[in-house]
Amino acid sequence: MQTKDINEDIKWAQINKDVLRSMENPRIGYWIAIAVSLFLLSFAIGAEIYQYNVGMGPANLNWPHMWDLYIATFIFWIGMSHSGTLLSAILHIIQADWRKPIYRFAEAMTTFSLMTAGLFPIIHIGRLWNMYWVLPYFSDRGIWPNFRSPLVWDAFAITTYLTSSALFLFIGMIPDLAICRDNARGWRKQLYTLLSLGWRGDDRQWRNFRRTYMLMACFLIPLAVSVHSIVSSDFAMSIMPGWHVTTFPPYFVAGALYSGCAAIMTLFILLRYFFRFEAYMTMPIMVKTCKLTFAIAMVWTYLNLIEFSSIWYGHDEVAKELLLAKFTGPYSPYFWAMLFFGSVLPFTLAFEKIRNNIPALFVISLLLNVGMWLERWMIVTPTLSLSYHPFAFDVMWPSWVQWFIVLGSFGWFGLLFLVFVKIVPSVSMYEVKEMIFHRRHLANKDIASVMHRRESDRQSGTDAPAPGLEGA
Amino acid sequence: MSLKNIFEDWSRYRRGREEGGFQDYEFMWGMAIDLNKCIGCNACSIACYAENNLAVVGKERFSKGQAMHWLRLERYWDEPDLGEERVSNYQHLGASFVPMLCQQCNAATCEPVCPVAATYHTPDGLNAQVYNRCIGSRYCSNNCPYRLRYFNFYSYYEDSWPSPLHMQLNPDLSVRDKGVMEKCTFCVQRIRTGKDKAAREGRQVEDGDIQTACAQTCPTGAITFGDLLNIYNPASGNADSKTAQMWRKHQVELGKTKQNKQTPDLRGYRIFESLNTDPCIMFLERVREV
Repeated sequence: MQTKDINEDIKWAQINKDVLRSMENPRIGYWIAIAVSLFLLSFAIGAEIYQYNVGMGPANLNWPHMWDLYIATFIFWIGMSHSGTLLSAILHIIQADWRKPIYRFAEAMTTFSLMTAGLFPIIHIGRLWNMYWVLPYFSDRGIWPNFRSPLVWDAFAITTYLTSSALFLFIGMIPDLAICRDNARGWRKQLYTLLSLGWRGDDRQWRNFRRTYMLMACFLIPLAVSVHSIVSSDFAMSIMPGWHVTTFPPYFVAGALYSGCAAIMTLFILLRYFFRFEAYMTMPIMVKTCKLTFAIAMVWTYLNLIEFSSIWYGHDEVAKELLLAKFTGPYSPYFWAMLFFGSVLPFTLAFEKIRNNIPALFVISLLLNVGMWLERWMIVTPTLSLSYHPFAFDVMWPSWVQWFIVLGSFGWFGLLFLVFVKIVPSVSMYEVKEMIFHRRHLANKDIASVMHRRESDRQSGTDAPAPGLEGA
Repeated sequence: MSLKNIFEDWSRYRRGREEGGFQDYEFMWGMAIDLNKCIGCNACSIACYAENNLAVVGKERFSKGQAMHWLRLERYWDEPDLGEERVSNYQHLGASFVPMLCQQCNAATCEPVCPVAATYHTPDGLNAQVYNRCIGSRYCSNNCPYRLRYFNFYSYYEDSWPSPLHMQLNPDLSVRDKGVMEKCTFCVQRIRTGKDKAAREGRQVEDGDIQTACAQTCPTGAITFGDLLNIYNPASGNADSKTAQMWRKHQVELGKTKQNKQTPDLRGYRIFESLNTDPCIMFLERVREV
């Protein structure tokens, strides 16, 4: 069994070859995946056209269930977008270099899940042709959006986050796109020439690149945290029991990182299997991802317990009643399923054997995300079904229109991701090289001392060349 | 504009408005609903349908919870489970009724959450709903503790008034299309007409000039509609209204989260006062004979 994060003896050319190979000649599995995605997407498009023409009625939305799966799934996708930032920005800053082979697709996941999430408010609002009214554009009538509304903050936060994460993804890809450019022919050559922005890999470019990348990483971390805090304020800023919860911002961020990490595990396994990235997406990296997921799952569980206990020991009778109804009422099966998938199931990741068992991990990671999706649903719907006014107590089951659109969003995400992995290297070649380079240094300290020596050191210097370089 | 200017302007704006909220009211329309007088006949609801072009959605959509009744009459029975005594006391007396219409809260929870400011507070003390501006995010309805906002889930106008029924529509206000939130407006078209009429005649609006459809229709006179602006200072400004007199009589005060209940005669309360929404509708408790 492999114990190192990555083998130090992989040749540079081998890395290029392996990664570039993943971008050519799609096999039958790829086309099947594309077909499934398109199939799901077409159902969603059909449902949306129907809903657009008829109104929100066929979705089974009603009074008092004004929000349902659309908003729940919106939060789910926003949440999934956080792990890419975690891996690429936070782990970049704390210099955890095991992230390097897996951060590229995580970051793509960030961008694409935001692109999916951004569709849901549009699908969900009653008059989607007027969606742009939430943006503060100059109009001769001097009408502005309501800046007190969390939905307007949402619009700002999501567009900012989408722009920056797409930029971050693109900037991080430039050296890799240059490698693609050097190896491509035909239309791909033209595309990569355009995208690599004249990257030659000289010192100045690398220096500017590092600086920009670090700056973007620092910019993105507070942004990612604020985005989901703002999404949580859609609920926390309201007056409703079960929504008006002070711990919601950290709770949402923890839930976001959690579902994102679970999704990273899923995609990790798929890419590793289908693209034969065993040499790069190694099991020790998987184990580390599992540990990260487990840790975040525990944070999420803790915040759940805080929410329950603060309501239980508080004096808000309505919120207490709602909490009891979540455990015992009409939505209790889903609530218990959420608790099981979200808090109990991650304990399987505490076992060494399961952490190294790919099929088991695949199932677990999918179930964790089912749990996290249920969590979002259980935030939105029980509050609407049981709030202050007893006359408005109601139980509602979403109709096929909602389910089709929710499933279709997975198709849309899958389609974007599938196109992505064939156009852009899904493993960061230059960072894997960097990682291997550093690992070699760790193996041979003397080379490191030579490589990191500056001109100025030589004058004050002491000795003969390092033993590692004598022959060179 | 320099940063300094912005801060100075802001502080000038804040001066005198430290408590926040809208201050320069012209009127503050309110109601007093005496539940002792309510017999649950639903006439107010019907009047509202006729006056405000509310869509009749049909049995199926009604049971799905997609009805558009701005004024709904809620029936409550005392629950048999709540103990022996209460069952024997009240069950045979039948249901209690609460007509629920938009409470026109002064600190409305629906207003700050609308992303496009389609719902806002007017100088009349109303929660206005601007249909043309509404994009249908439905956040206002979710944040209304009374659940008194209704959403157009379909284009009801297409099948609610088959010809020649469309001739009965009230021309004073619009028929709403799908995707728009709507709610009780205190018959804002009547308020406008009443104010215009008073202005034409060169006088102040007097109590009784303006009636909402529900108050006009109620056979027992349970609903009283009027101005609350000078409720504690009847001599100044607007004319004293019957509604304001009732509020004073039952010592119900605006801006409070709990009303004076020292004697059984003080029957006034406002629904969910403790949430500090400061509604403008006072209900008078029903007195039940044991």
